Amino acid sequence: MAGSTPASPSDKPPAASAVSPLNSAAPAQNVRPPVSPAAEAWRRFKRHRLAVVSLVVLLIMVAMVVFGPLLWKVAINEIDFTARLKGPSLAHPLGTDDLGQDLFARMLYGGRISLAVGMAAMLMAICVGVLIGSIAGMSRGAVDTALMWLTDLFLSLPQLPLLLLLIYLFRDRLKAAFGPEVGVFIMIVFVIGCFRWMPVARLVRAQFFSLREKEFVEAARALGASTTRQVVRHILPNALGPVIVAGTIDVAAAIIAESTLSFLGLGFPPDIPTWGRILFDSKDYLDIAAHWALFPGLAIFLAVLAINFIGDGLRDALDPRRVL
Amino acid sequence: MQERDLRDLIENVREGKLPRRSFIQQMVSLGLTAPMASMMLMHSGVAQAQVPSTYKPTKRGGGGALKVLWWQGATLLQPHFAAGTKDQEGSRIFYEPLAVWDNDGNLVPVLATEIPSRENGGLSADGKSVTWKLKKGVTWHDGQPFTADDCVFTADFARDPASAAVTSGVYKDVKVDKVDSHTIRVSFSKATPFWATAFVAAEGMIIPKHLFAPYIGGKSREAPNNLKPVGTGPYKFVEFKPGDIVRGEINNNYHMPNRPFFDSIEMKGGGDAASAARAVLQTGEYDYAWNLQVEDEVLKRMEAGGKGRVQIVSSGDIEFIQLNPTDPFTEVDGERSSMKTKHFAFTDPAVRQAMALLADRKSIQEFIYGRTGIATSNFLNNPPRFRSPNTSFEFNIDKANQILDGAGWKKGADGVREKGGKKMKFVYQTSVNGIRQKEQAIVKQACQKAGIELELKSVTAAVFFSSDVANPDTYGKFYCDMQMYTTTMTQPDAERFMDQYLTKEISAKANKWQGRNICRWSNDEYDKAFHAAEGELDPVKRAALFIRMNDMVIKDGVVLPLISRPRVRGSNLKLVTRLSGWDLDFAGLQDWYREV
Amino acid sequence: MGPYLLRRLAVALPSLLGISVVLFTILALAPGDPFEELATNPNVPAEVREMLRHKFGLDDPVYLRYFHWLVAMLHGDWGFSFISRVDVDTLIWQRVPVTLAVIGASQLLALAVALPVGVISARKPYSWFDRIASTLAFVGFSLPTFFTGLLLILLFSIKLDWLPFVYRADIAATGWQWWWEQIRQSIMPVMVLGLFQAASWTRYVRSSMLDVIRLDYVTTARSKGLAERVVILKHVVRNALIPVVTLVALTMPQVFGGAIVTEQIFRIPGIGSLLIDAILRNDTPVIMAVTFVFACLVIVFNLIADLLYGWLDPRISFR
Repeated sequence: MAGSTPASPSDKPPAASAVSPLNSAAPAQNVRPPVSPAAEAWRRFKRHRLAVVSLVVLLIMVAMVVFGPLLWKVAINEIDFTARLKGPSLAHPLGTDDLGQDLFARMLYGGRISLAVGMAAMLMAICVGVLIGSIAGMSRGAVDTALMWLTDLFLSLPQLPLLLLLIYLFRDRLKAAFGPEVGVFIMIVFVIGCFRWMPVARLVRAQFFSLREKEFVEAARALGASTTRQVVRHILPNALGPVIVAGTIDVAAAIIAESTLSFLGLGFPPDIPTWGRILFDSKDYLDIAAHWALFPGLAIFLAVLAINFIGDGLRDALDPRRVL
Repeated sequence: MQERDLRDLIENVREGKLPRRSFIQQMVSLGLTAPMASMMLMHSGVAQAQVPSTYKPTKRGGGGALKVLWWQGATLLQPHFAAGTKDQEGSRIFYEPLAVWDNDGNLVPVLATEIPSRENGGLSADGKSVTWKLKKGVTWHDGQPFTADDCVFTADFARDPASAAVTSGVYKDVKVDKVDSHTIRVSFSKATPFWATAFVAAEGMIIPKHLFAPYIGGKSREAPNNLKPVGTGPYKFVEFKPGDIVRGEINNNYHMPNRPFFDSIEMKGGGDAASAARAVLQTGEYDYAWNLQVEDEVLKRMEAGGKGRVQIVSSGDIEFIQLNPTDPFTEVDGERSSMKTKHFAFTDPAVRQAMALLADRKSIQEFIYGRTGIATSNFLNNPPRFRSPNTSFEFNIDKANQILDGAGWKKGADGVREKGGKKMKFVYQTSVNGIRQKEQAIVKQACQKAGIELELKSVTAAVFFSSDVANPDTYGKFYCDMQMYTTTMTQPDAERFMDQYLTKEISAKANKWQGRNICRWSNDEYDKAFHAAEGELDPVKRAALFIRMNDMVIKDGVVLPLISRPRVRGSNLKLVTRLSGWDLDFAGLQDWYREV
Repeated sequence: MGPYLLRRLAVALPSLLGISVVLFTILALAPGDPFEELATNPNVPAEVREMLRHKFGLDDPVYLRYFHWLVAMLHGDWGFSFISRVDVDTLIWQRVPVTLAVIGASQLLALAVALPVGVISARKPYSWFDRIASTLAFVGFSLPTFFTGLLLILLFSIKLDWLPFVYRADIAATGWQWWWEQIRQSIMPVMVLGLFQAASWTRYVRSSMLDVIRLDYVTTARSKGLAERVVILKHVVRNALIPVVTLVALTMPQVFGGAIVTEQIFRIPGIGSLLIDAILRNDTPVIMAVTFVFACLVIVFNLIADLLYGWLDPRISFR
């Protein structure tokens, strides 16, 4: 029956008779007090141990990058030539790079930007992609064609010249309006999000094509649900599978994309140690100082892992086909 | 360094008391080039040394394939259209000039029989003409004979504005006459002490008249031989894929005996410097790699494998920082960094002095460049005997702090110095380059300790070095407080190097920021000295003037030389090359061989 | 489907034109100058630079340049590279075989890995196979290609000295020797790119398989007594393929100009490296030609994907 495949190893397939609505033998005892949908979703989420663990891990990471620099007082750009390329030690828990700068401090500081950019860019790409994909998927004819033309346009754009152009046009204005750091941040999130929404849109649209012909949607329509309601309450929750996968992949891609931008001189200044940047700086020293590359790589990997399991948990929590 | 001292030195060389090579090295250290030093000696009648040949192989060919890596691949093979040294090197495999510069600044004949001098009648007494005698019996790769007509044609081709040749500057003001089938005379409108420009080195490659004649002028881009070069060089053309690969095979009719050693040559492009270093030094897949701009630490580790070695050839390139004497953030008449404004901090000589003390050249050399760079405060290494005043470099944060305190720049609550309400926060820009970003980090830290805050900015090289009028990030615009890059001595003669400090060359909106004086430095005495040097026939007097001008620039502190950067190449242990810091890498290609 | 196809094709042409206008405008407005290297060369007088700019029509207004380009394109003249002084189509054709061989092979590898691994993972979610495969997938797409490429080079070229890492498009050998050399030098780039792609595709296959496996009709098919393999292959995979088809259609055009980093690392003379070189040197005709072909491929493959949806899921109607 529906939901016979568990979505998480700590999940259990529903017992056969416990909640059969036809079991009228003891209706009074089995009626539960009314619960809001949000609380219901949270309860379901909590059932997946892996998802909860991942959420905790992610919160720890966020706490470390937010509060860490306040507690670990070593400067991120203290150049110390006597301590170059040293492995992990008490003074430098994650080792040092080739200018003797402390990697732990740099990772904490850069983590703020990496995580913030990763999450923000991913959210932007997902939101825009889902919006455009749903509109295109529900409508037909002209609207769909126009939106797909737009998608194809963005897919064909050569990223680098466009980046150069956008940054050259908007950098100063954003800096003036929001201050140098926030301005650059907004610009980078916008730029990365701009290039990652198209796959999401097409995936969502494809899902919509197949879902909107299904019986439950027809039933909803027959009951008088407006298009918006059909989309939001019925189709969208079922279309989320690929969106969540795209979300995980986008976080990793956004963190790396930020470092590519910085490498091209278009992102944050070169001395800001985002995780992708540290990974890039360490590549020529892989055989000399593997620790330099290991830690940022591990950090990105952990973040991606955590977000993925949270996504799995979310999908199951919000899945309307689940009975439990 | 007075003119008298220079003449004394030359006398010492003539009398044999001072080795020629030492003299050349000393001139180089004062900011001149080896070719200039060599010309000085020649003018004074000191004959050029006969360089003994170290070429060992006793027969032509049999050496197998020579594989070289140029991580910026050649995009065209016509030397007069070359957009950069990579194209010149690619062309140089097939084409040759009359003479090339070797590492000691000597002229070595290639297609000429001997180097013109006063003794053999090649140089006229009034300095207005040079007569070159061409080698007889040289043929182009297609069998046609090489004659004086080809030289005359090459000059006409380059001179024609419709051809849009990049070498036109060299041939614009010279007249080339054919004296007989194997003799030409190059005439200048006025006496020219540095006469070795036409038909020499990279700009002097000669193209065949019988193939290019129908394509002179406006049709130059259609010549099929633009892509299929036919030259006189040691290798014949086989294949060319722009940006990727150039291939050549042995020229069995090459005009020098027992050369070339290799049966074929392959020049591969693409990738980056670090992987090029790996391919030569670690895996041995390639025999030679160009321009290894990699940290020395990494290079040393790669050499440890024992397959290849790093070759360092000194040349005239200097990495320096420029301090902007104008205000980059105020717009006047539609331009920033205008000469009508003044920088609030860098017009104060005390600040400039402090900045010079804050550049830790020694650490930069030791920990980043290693063998591939030499810390400098002048335009190259200084031997003690010829130290001009104020050319020692010092790194002293305390002294810098004292100077700034004394000049009225007091530290505020946030640790940043200020005066008159303006904080010492500077924007420091350079191109995207791992090594440069590390230099920036080092300078930034030192400045932080002195109460100066630097905001680092890196601009992608293609934009930074462009001349795009609309882009605010080019180095010509200098829309920031400090910038850093390497200036290359691309010409053997220093005159075109020194004109970048003239007042009339100041880069501004009026000349679309094409002016060569990017640091916007203006000094009347300098301008006067330059004009005197332009008209000076005596190369020794001229050299003395250049040295004085050099000192003027450094003393004023607007330009802070950091590191002199020799050329860094990688080669297989068994490969014997003939590299020169004053000409192309392939200037001696016919003499390369592999030891057994 | 017939009228739908015709309608889409009819729309494709103007949409391509529209895209080309936008592309051209962006390239014209982007900062950068194809003759920048000449600016720093004191041997090149300013008149020569001006002459070059004029010759290549760089001083004309944007719409005029676009019009020239369009007319030339329609005549089959793809333009003339500023930097190489060669016809653009020569440049592109020189690189097509290598690109198809290496990048094309990597896409096939990705598909060949992602489909089976994803299906098996979905069959037994959270089993050992699934956990290992998922972890490898996460590692795969968390690490950028420049990194994995370098790791492979360090391991196989430098430490073990088994494989060459500089790609040579012209191997002077014949027959079996040629194939052997070709495989040896292609393994690493194909693996780097293919596995990076496979990592994300595996996740998508697995996720959409999981979505479908829970549905009622799968239980019905099982309870009818069909063999598990038939259930999976005939019922589940077909429906689960829709996101996969979308993705494959999205990444196919990448073969033509997308694998920039891999091509740089291994020095593969493919179209990706042609594009990035042209971009960094502001060689507009080359950029325009490559991106235009790219746009055509995007439109074609997305159209194919749309048509395939109908074949995979007959309920999808084309109205």
